[in-house]
Amino acid sequence: MFGWLVWRDLILAWRRRADVLATLFFFIIVVSLFPLGIGPERETLRTIAPGVVWVAALLASMLSLGRIFGNDYQDGTLEQLLLTPQPAYLVVLAKVLAHWIVAELPLVVIAPVLGLQFGLSQNGLAIVVVSLLLGTPVLSVIGSVGAALTLGLRAANVLVALLVLPLYIPVLIFGSGAVQASVTGSSPQAWLLLLGATLIVSLVFAPWATSAALRISVE
Amino acid sequence: MSKHRINWYKYAAPANFYPLAGKMIPVFAIPAAILFVVGLYVGFFVAPTDAVQGESYRILFIHVPAAWMGMFLYVLMAVYAGVGWAFNARLASMMATAIGPTGAIFTFISLVTGSLWGRPAWGVWWVWDARLTSTLILLFLYIGFISLQSSIDDWRRADRAGAVLALVGVVNVPIIYFSVQWWNSLHQGATITKSSFKMAPSMAAAMLILLGACWLYSIAVVLVRVRYIIREREQEAPWLAEATA
Repeated sequence: MFGWLVWRDLILAWRRRADVLATLFFFIIVVSLFPLGIGPERETLRTIAPGVVWVAALLASMLSLGRIFGNDYQDGTLEQLLLTPQPAYLVVLAKVLAHWIVAELPLVVIAPVLGLQFGLSQNGLAIVVVSLLLGTPVLSVIGSVGAALTLGLRAANVLVALLVLPLYIPVLIFGSGAVQASVTGSSPQAWLLLLGATLIVSLVFAPWATSAALRISVE
Repeated sequence: MSKHRINWYKYAAPANFYPLAGKMIPVFAIPAAILFVVGLYVGFFVAPTDAVQGESYRILFIHVPAAWMGMFLYVLMAVYAGVGWAFNARLASMMATAIGPTGAIFTFISLVTGSLWGRPAWGVWWVWDARLTSTLILLFLYIGFISLQSSIDDWRRADRAGAVLALVGVVNVPIIYFSVQWWNSLHQGATITKSSFKMAPSMAAAMLILLGACWLYSIAVVLVRVRYIIREREQEAPWLAEATA
């Protein structure tokens, strides 16, 4: 059931490749705008790189949140999924995992290339990838709470930003902190551990909140 | 055990709570006004000038109670919302909805007074210190709660969706509280602790009186607002026509 649901979401995403690519290009464009706005000095760029990459990742993942449950909600699949004997927790986890593979993994893959534009060292690039790998699942799983709460509402896209972005802030702090630490030459281990802790805690609790929110929105 | 045990469940019904709340509003509003006047008098005329910060520290008499209220009310709102959701208690959900704006206003006041105080004390209006930042996040959480509830037309769904959001957001409140210990930063450490009370007695008195005033004010305002919410939601109820006739 779990694997089947992930597979189904991946196939659906594959048939709408343009959506996935749009998120990815949004990420690339936002990151590339900063040097144009701030100026090409290498030192400045290196200082802002961690924050820029992470803020862009936050915004890009937020953009795609509507897709986690939106289509299934509209055609009634979501209601059927919640009626199955499987716990809603697993349904949520499967959909979040699919969302992460579709919307966030491409960002993680492309981020080192963007980091090169900002003059990050090899070590810095590695930390960008590791921190994004640990942090982006948190974005997906916390975002799913907001996505579930705003299902079918007016102006759901704006609302989801209002609900979810404040909750993303710890991830932003820890993630960009890790990259910042590696840029300035200190150890990013503490930040990465915090990020890992956030991941574990949010994986345990957030799907539960999401399934509660789904039941509220669907009924 | 007293002979006259009050049946508290009775007041969980809006029909019984509505008149009670009406009677209780002046009970809280009048002492609140008195305490505000007394607290401001003590704060401005009795409390001595601070040796280091001069007169500008008097802003803290408003700032500290407002910051506390901002945090307390968020927790209280989450508790009410959670109770309303778990036990299907309409009135508790209404209370949560009614607390939201008051909490947001107190958080906003604490941010504004904080920056007014920061200018003379630190030389800047705003620093990106952990506690300031997390208070700002708290304000965002309030705004998220209020805007989520107001964009849902079906109020039963609004109550429950708000409860989920408030309970998720309540994780943030301890982060605010412990942030001073976690991230060592520019912000003042806690002055009021159990072991030491590093303030002149009249300063502490002014702060505590104003804290009491803020509490009473909040209760009064929330009761006023919850009465409006009851009226709005129970428009069709026959008891309301009798009560307002």
